[in-house]
This record gives sequence, C-alpha cells and structure tokens, in this order.
Amino acid sequence: MDEPRNPALPGVEAALGGATAPHDATSVLEAARLVLERDMTLALRRRGQLVQPLAFFAIVTMLFPLAISPELARLREVAAGVLWVAALLASLLALEFLFRDDAYDGTLEQYALSGQPLTGLMFAKTAAHWLLTGLPLALMAPLAALSLGAPSESLPGIVASVAVGTVALSLIGSIGAALTLGIRRSGVLLALLTLPLSLPVLIFGARASELAIHGESYVAPLELLAALAVLGITLAPLASAAAVRISLE
Amino acid sequence: MSWTWFHRLGSPPHIYRLAEQLTPWFAWPAAALILAALYGGLVLAPPDYQQGDGFRIIYVHAPAAWMSLMVYTTMAVAAAVALIWRMKVAHAVAASCAPIGASFTVAALVTGSLWGEPMWGTWWEWDPRLTSELILLFLYLGYMGLRGAIEDPQRADRTSAVLAVVGIVNVPIIHYSVTWWNSLHQAPSVMRLGKPQLSMPMLWPLLMMLLGFTLFFVAVLLVRLRGEILVRERSASWIREVVET
Repeated sequence: MDEPRNPALPGVEAALGGATAPHDATSVLEAARLVLERDMTLALRRRGQLVQPLAFFAIVTMLFPLAISPELARLREVAAGVLWVAALLASLLALEFLFRDDAYDGTLEQYALSGQPLTGLMFAKTAAHWLLTGLPLALMAPLAALSLGAPSESLPGIVASVAVGTVALSLIGSIGAALTLGIRRSGVLLALLTLPLSLPVLIFGARASELAIHGESYVAPLELLAALAVLGITLAPLASAAAVRISLE
Repeated sequence: MSWTWFHRLGSPPHIYRLAEQLTPWFAWPAAALILAALYGGLVLAPPDYQQGDGFRIIYVHAPAAWMSLMVYTTMAVAAAVALIWRMKVAHAVAASCAPIGASFTVAALVTGSLWGEPMWGTWWEWDPRLTSELILLFLYLGYMGLRGAIEDPQRADRTSAVLAVVGIVNVPIIHYSVTWWNSLHQAPSVMRLGKPQLSMPMLWPLLMMLLGFTLFFVAVLLVRLRGEILVRERSASWIREVVET
C-alpha cells in the first residue's frame, strides 16, 4: 500500500491510503502537467501514428486539384474551404487515438480513481492531443495553402486560424471521443456526433482563411474562433469527464 | 402538503398509468385544433398577394420547424433532469423525444423544399434557416445513433443524455454562425422573404396549428413513453397487472 503503484499517478496512493485530503499529495496543476508529459512521451515514441493525420491532410488537399482543376486561379477560389475541410477531417481522424488506448489498458480508470478532478486531467489530455495534431496541422497548413495558389502574404492568417480553430476542434472532438468510448467500430458514429458540433469552427475558420487569401483583415472571424476555443476550454472538459465516468460504470 | 407528487414522478408504474389517462386529453384537442386550422388555413385564409396559394404550406412548415426545436429542448431538459436527479423516467422521456423530433425536422425540411421550388425556383437553397434545420437533423441522428450503439441500457441513457445537453448548448451557436455565414455568401439575386407579416385571417390558423402540433407532440410522447417504460420494466411484476387488465 505504501509503495506508489504508478509514478505517473501520485494521487492514487493518497486516495487509497484514506488520507482526508487527497489533494494534499499533488496539486491539480501538477497532476495535469504529469498527464500532459505522459501523453506526449507516449506519442513521441510512436511517431508513425503521429504522422498519419498529417499525411491524410496532405492527401485530402491533393484530391481537390485532381478533382476540380489544376489551374491555380480556380483553386485559389476554393483554397480556404479545401484547407479547412481537410483540417477538419484530419483532426477527426486523429480523435480515435485520444482515449482509446488509455481506455483499453485501464489508465482512464486510474485517472478517475486518482482523487484528482477528472476535468483537469481531461483538459491535459486534450491539450496534449492539440500539441500533437492541431499544432502540426497549423504548421503544415502553409504548405498546403501555397500548393492551392494562396499568396504568401496570407500565410500568417492561415496559420493563426488553423492553430486557434484546431484548439476548438480538439475540445469538441474530446467530447465525441469520450462519448463513443467502448463502442466497437465507432469511427462513423464519432464523425456523425462531432461534425455537426464543429460546423461553427469550420465557418469562422474558412472565413478567416479566405479573408487572409484576399488580403483583407481577418481579425473578426479569428476572434470568433478564439471565443469558440475559450468556450470549449471552459465547458468541453466537464462534458468529456462526465462521459468518461459514465463509460467506466 | 408534501413532496410525494414529485417523488411519484420518478415511479414508472405511476407514470405509465398517468400517461395512459392523459393521452386522450391531448390527442383529441390536437386532432380538433389541427383540423380546424387546416380548414382555416387552406379554405378561409385569403391567398397571399405575392405568393398566391403557395404560402399555405406555411401552415405545416412553420409549426413543424418550431416543433423540431421545441422537441430538442424538451429532450435536453429531460436529459439534464435525468442526469442530475438520476431519474429513470426522465431518461425514458428523452429517449421517446428523439424520433418524434427527427420526424418534425424531416417534415420541416421537406415542406421547406417543396415551398422553395415554386418560390425560389430551386428545391434547395442554402438559406440559414434550412441549413440550421438540416444540422439539427444530424444532431438528432447522432443522438439516436449513439443510443443505438451502446448495448447496456443504463449507459446508453446516461451517455446520450450528456450528448443532448452538449447539443443544446451548441444549437444557438450553430444557428448564429450559420446565419452569419449565409449573410456573407448569399447571392443578391435570390428573392429574400423576410419574416412574413400575416394578417389576422392568415395568422389565427397558424397559431391554432402551432398549439395543435404541440398537443399532438405531447400525445405522441405519452404513447411512446408508455412503450419505452414497458420495454425497460419488462421484468417488473407490475407490468403483468397492467398487461392483463
């Protein structure tokens, strides 16, 4: 009982030891940081899985010139939309990895028992997910944008909109991923749940990118995207923690 | 005065019998109101000076669109009540709402599209109201899909309840973002019809229809709720008494 069972979960022994205030052992912030570190370390040891959504993003972007036309003038018209649809689908694809492994090996159960607020740990997991998929997507977006004929002046706007928008997408997606835990072949259902909720992000993100491509000010839609992200940060971890708890019952 | 009435709301046999008794009180007025409103709307109301007789589809379209949102709200409130107070009957209410709401949404979409063909010259227009309605249909389908995918009934209840609550937070955001998106992209050539200013002979059948649809929804909900309770409580002993009498 006295030995720590899992070094990543300092709250566990406090809870098992019957301490009156399990939070004395580790603060929420400390626990969240440990979860974030753990997820990053695990993901970086499996780089192949990390690259998949990025490759998917590149392939979807490539489909449009092949399907529509190779003329850059025509592609520029639809570039913002294509980029955002591709980013939305790529981040959807990456959601499956968010909780699945941790649900199978019992880590989520340990989190729920750790005595730490599950909401904080969910937030840390989602933050790790964004760092591993949203941020790389934002960094890759200029490449895709240039290939679709977007002018180089528009790149800061595109990177900013994808970076901020994927924060909201990761948070919305974390709810969907938590709700579909334990369902076999949940891929299509996850899309059906997540995509309608993600539409505002798509609308404002594509709008910001489009304005950037036309050389106009993209501040207004970017601020709306940021508002969606902040709303997601406040509410989404609560919902995904509730969903995870239900799936563990 | 005590709180027993409130606690009895959580008792399936009580709710089952209550639903049985209440159904005719909603079903008959609903039928009367809908028939009267149809007569008022299709016969008594004068044709619109701009749209002719085509506007009359509003008597089905607008109430159906209104109900699609109201049913979603009812479902989310029932889901929240069920999550907070762990009330089994409230889960059954939320589960019964979803197919009714989805049907109203389909009705609103189909009538909107039928109206759009003669008025806008196209079956489908990316109008903000039509688009939000379509998204609402996907929200309903997602809810029903999630409920259907989970085998354990209690987990299905609670998981889909979380989704319903998340959905209701998002409905206004989706609605406003779609409106905003549309106002930026709307081609100016399309005839834009603002909120119709209806005269009294046109308005009263609409209000009657709205009330009729609401009562109809409650009646169908009560019937579905009884079915839902029967399935959930099929191993309980009180079911035998109910079924045999």
